[in-house]
Amino acid sequence: MENKQLVIIGGGPAGLAAAVAAKKAGLDDILILERDTQLGGILNQCIHNGFGLHTFKEELTGPEYAQRFIDQMLDLEIPYELNSMVLDISKDKTIRYVNKDEGVKDIKADAIILAMGCRERPAGALSIPGYRPAGIYSAGTAQKLVNMDGLMPGKEVVILGSGDIGLIMARRMTFEGAHVHTVAELMPYSGGLKRNIVQCLQDFDIPLQLSHTVTNIKGKERVESITIAEVDENRKPIPGTEVEYPCDTLLLSCGLIPENELSQQAGVELSQITNGPVVNESLETNIEGVFACGNVLHVHDLVDFVSQEAAKAGQKAAQYVLEGIPTSKHEIPVRTGGLVRYTVPFTVDPERMDENQVVRFRVGNVLKGGYVNVYVDDERKIHRKKMIMAPGEMENIILKKEWIKPETKTIRVETEEA
Amino acid sequence: MDFDVVIIGGGVTGSAIAYELAKTDLKVALLEKEEDVCEGTSKANSAIVHAGFDALPGTLKAKLNVEGSKMMPELARLLDFEYKNNGALVLCFDEEHRKGVIELYDRGQANGVEGLQILEKEQVKEMEPHVSDEVVCALYAPTSSIVCPFGLTIALAENAADNGVKFFFNQPVETIEKIDGGWKINDKYTTKTIVNAAGVYADEIHNEVSEKKIHITPRRGEYVLLDRSAGDLCSHTLFQLPTPAGKGVLITPTVHGNMMIGPNAQETETKENTNTTSEGQAEIRAKALKTILSIPFQKAIRTFSGLRATPEGGDFILEESADGFFDAAGIESPGLSSAPAIGKMVAGMVEDKLKPGKKENYQATRKGFVNVKNLTKEEWDKLIEQDPDYGTIVCRCETVTAGSIKDALHRSIPAVSLDGIKRRTRAGMGRCQAGFCSPRSMEIISKELHIPMDEICQSGKGSKLITGKVKEGLNNGK
Repeated sequence: MENKQLVIIGGGPAGLAAAVAAKKAGLDDILILERDTQLGGILNQCIHNGFGLHTFKEELTGPEYAQRFIDQMLDLEIPYELNSMVLDISKDKTIRYVNKDEGVKDIKADAIILAMGCRERPAGALSIPGYRPAGIYSAGTAQKLVNMDGLMPGKEVVILGSGDIGLIMARRMTFEGAHVHTVAELMPYSGGLKRNIVQCLQDFDIPLQLSHTVTNIKGKERVESITIAEVDENRKPIPGTEVEYPCDTLLLSCGLIPENELSQQAGVELSQITNGPVVNESLETNIEGVFACGNVLHVHDLVDFVSQEAAKAGQKAAQYVLEGIPTSKHEIPVRTGGLVRYTVPFTVDPERMDENQVVRFRVGNVLKGGYVNVYVDDERKIHRKKMIMAPGEMENIILKKEWIKPETKTIRVETEEA
Repeated sequence: MDFDVVIIGGGVTGSAIAYELAKTDLKVALLEKEEDVCEGTSKANSAIVHAGFDALPGTLKAKLNVEGSKMMPELARLLDFEYKNNGALVLCFDEEHRKGVIELYDRGQANGVEGLQILEKEQVKEMEPHVSDEVVCALYAPTSSIVCPFGLTIALAENAADNGVKFFFNQPVETIEKIDGGWKINDKYTTKTIVNAAGVYADEIHNEVSEKKIHITPRRGEYVLLDRSAGDLCSHTLFQLPTPAGKGVLITPTVHGNMMIGPNAQETETKENTNTTSEGQAEIRAKALKTILSIPFQKAIRTFSGLRATPEGGDFILEESADGFFDAAGIESPGLSSAPAIGKMVAGMVEDKLKPGKKENYQATRKGFVNVKNLTKEEWDKLIEQDPDYGTIVCRCETVTAGSIKDALHRSIPAVSLDGIKRRTRAGMGRCQAGFCSPRSMEIISKELHIPMDEICQSGKGSKLITGKVKEGLNNGK
């Protein structure tokens, strides 16, 4: 069986950045497996700008941002296979994939980086009452049709869910000649970035209705109308608040789910909160030599952070293959408190951690004027005031290696109300 | 006469009758009002081949269910559709209702169901560890099975078409006229005999020609389908024992490893009310929790509903209702299970009248669509060598290749829409519900059938997926 030092599953932003970093760290024998017809992943359909402000200090479109990494990858002559679907990862790091040129192929990897990204929650998972006609699309599918194929999935549009892709598509559909009636969001806050609410809805007079949901879909063959109602604090529709919007399209932007079916086959432990692998400070999963980064690990808001995280996974994978990462002797759990839902990483080893270890997290509700606190055991190391924290935006803190002692028992990241 | 027999309706019943008649030298046609077979009740049901203990002894339902379920394994072998004998349990949760289990057992014995046993709590828990501790006892029916209803119907229809039956789609029957020696349908098709297999519309077809009116009530049943990752919930089909409080709902694995939960029963206003409701979904979920206490409903990937064609008399209506007009009406549960036997019986009635000979060069078998997940590495490699499209995965959730999708578009009963592809190949049937694969499947349809993208439908003429090109709707300057 053919052997590779590192196989990266997925050639989107995470896989590309991981490959570049691994190569720069001295690893030569790398293979990227990409299921789509080109590298770049979902960035290829994100033709709006705003990517790369952190990484390149420029406002790039998605394809431009991806190309920066593709160029580096090509310069570094990192091999990749397109149209190649990974079918299975076994516990001993044998990867089976298929494409039309090589057939079904098995390769053995010294290290694996999981970079498969995420998928959108489909209409069926939302159990929306009514019919199941044509004209119901997830926002990302609509984005592919509009931006890559030049096709309109509809003319009169209602959007359910205020995730970033939904917000971006509200604007895009308007640009392309559709009429977006409204965006309904079940929660009392948006799941998307503030800048997208301003630039994609407010600038185009598209109303955002918080605490609202779809209660009926009419139309047997094609959507004919969508009924929206306000919901109470238990997220149940309030009778009498229904408004019916005649339209031909319902777009859904109701959450992203990391695609971890392959990880599960390999025996990777997943978090119930992120739906992604449980990783340590090296972004390594419970299986030695299997790393994860990008949206397969946890759903990000900005691609810049994906690239940063993936570069680290690439470096660590290279280190693992070339010199070995010392076996962890002391895994300190990173606990959460207040509104913090989870942290990545989930554990930190005082010896293996970086001098400045990035810990990313998201909050479960909007918090205005509160604080982020970081405790190492009972000692508060960070007490930082935040104007606003929201579920749609990823937060991070820097954990200093000097704070962590061999006897340290826990690290806690929490929010505190003002 | 254009035809010896015209079958009205391309559901599992009509297709099974077509399949049987295709063995003769009769000229047979099938008229279907939708664009494909398996578009009505046949596509939205529990997908179970019942053992046959439920129907009252002496009824057609009892006789044909048991016969049909016995025919199914051989049919699955000949026609290559997915079928699995997984067994069923009818669970009793109250000692007071034990007599109901015994009653079902006795009924099953009278109907000729093989292998029935009454199991006690421990035995049930051993077979199905997730079943609620409230369970007291259960009827075990080892012959109960599960089937892919699309696979079954499409296989029957394809084989019939391969053997010369003519299928006409998008042909709702509007008029039936008695003519000399037969009938004329829609002022177009002349035939010696008609078989009415029109599902929920069978009463309307029947009442066109017969003075003795029948009435079919559409009764809706709602379901929820869970992702394959919930597939270890149970391996048998789990029914709840019907009690005075209600019939209960079932939890069953599907042949593809999903979990399906439902149905409730609600009479609907029209014969097209296949919508789901928040009440109906709440009802089936609450009831299912009696069987298994923790069901991961967050793994739901699809909710849907189907309409039962419930006859007034309670039993199937299989008879020559007018000279040369045969009914296969009122086919509600166990209609899917009975379909092979209904096909045989109704075809037999037609044959008794027309006295046909045997078909020469009859094709007894049909190949199903390739499911690469069932192939060995060597088999798959060989297939890719023959046709590289079998190496391109289009639907990542269900591992469906471009090769299978192309195949579906070029069969004797071809897929003509995204749903047609989905029901044949499972592309779009998985956890992302076609989010990723639908644009790619559409590209393949466009290329293979030489139609523009904006002509492609989800299911039926009014269900176009694309409304035009970008920027067409802009009122520049206004």
